[in-house]
Parts: sequence; C-alpha cells; structure tokens
Amino acid sequence: MARSTKKGPFVDEKLYRKVQRAEQTGSREPIKTWARACTIVPEFIGHTFMVHNGKVFNRVFVTEDMVGHRLGEFSPTRTFRGHARGR
Amino acid sequence: MPRIAGVDVPDNKPITVALRYIHGIGATTAAGICKTADIDGQTRARDLSEEQLSKIAGIVDSDYVVEGELRRRVRQNIQRLGQIQCYRGLRHRRGLPVHGQRTKTNARTRKGPRKTVAGKRSVKEMR
Repeated sequence: MARSTKKGPFVDEKLYRKVQRAEQTGSREPIKTWARACTIVPEFIGHTFMVHNGKVFNRVFVTEDMVGHRLGEFSPTRTFRGHARGR
Repeated sequence: MPRIAGVDVPDNKPITVALRYIHGIGATTAAGICKTADIDGQTRARDLSEEQLSKIAGIVDSDYVVEGELRRRVRQNIQRLGQIQCYRGLRHRRGLPVHGQRTKTNARTRKGPRKTVAGKRSVKEMR
C-alpha cells in the first residue's frame, strides 16, 4: 500500500541536512548513507550518494527522473547472475 | 460497422460491451462514457444514430487515452524505469515480477513456460 499523502514524503532528516550543507559549500562529494527508505526530493538532484545495500555502498547519481523514488531502489541488495548452465 | 478511436470496429453488441474492444476501455470506463453521452448502454452499436456515434467518439477522443497513445505511454513509463536503473526497471528488463511477488514458485505469467532443469531433484524426491 502506498504511503498516506497526509504525511508527505519520507525524507531522512539527517541526510536532508547533509544535502543542504553540501549545497551551501558547493561540495559535490558523494554522501554516504544507509537511509535506503529516504524518498528522493528535488533538492537531491545533481548530488551523488553512496547507498548501502547491506554490504557495500553503491554510487548513485541523482537525476531529475529519479525524484519520487527511494534511494534503496537504486542499490540492489541481491546478486543473481543466472543459474549454472549444465554441469 | 461504426469506427471509434481509429481502427476499432465493434458491432452487434450493446455499446457498453462494444466499446471495450478499444484498448484502454474497460467495463467501468465504457459505462461512464454512455452516461456522459446520455445513451442507454444496452443499445446495440448498429442501432445508434450517426449523431450518437460521433458524440461517443468525441468523448473517447477528448477524455480518454486509448490505443496507440496509451500503449506508447505505458512503454515510455517502463523505459523510464529502466533508464534510471531502479529496482523496478531491473525487474522489467529481467522479465520477472515487479511488485515483490515470490519467484521460488509461480510467477509463470512473467517468466513464461517452465524451463525444466535436468538433474534437479523434485520436491517429492527430497523427502
């Protein structure tokens, strides 16, 4: 079920502050984060995030199209390369 | 045979049913169209007057996205998901279910016919 609009999008407070700080200092450094559930808001466009997938941090460069999705959607948690072909 | 929204030519059926031959129009939408056009949904398509038909065609053209345009939009939406490399996009590309369904069993609609693997033990044998 989708999230209630009454609540607005879920944005991780701390991450949001970090983005704002990066915006002020003009820093384009990737921001390391575990906040996979955080919705991507327009302020994030153009920033790079390192999104944890439980093991490593995946680099995610946020573009306009990604707004409304969540950071975790861009950092896959499973590795499946297909089944072994024969033996 | 009447022509509504391009190539579609349903006939000989009540219009609420006939309209559903158009891609993008289902039972609810069809009933809605009849209501807006103020036409009894049970009238056969061939019994409709020219005027009524053009009225229906007008409503479909202006208020609904159907056929080619609809197909194009759906395709574009899926393409977008693929381009931004998000989870849903990957699932579409892989041809696996997108909405978090199980894939250990079932999911045949997305995965297609079973591909039996030789030498793989069946559930029965494992007991």
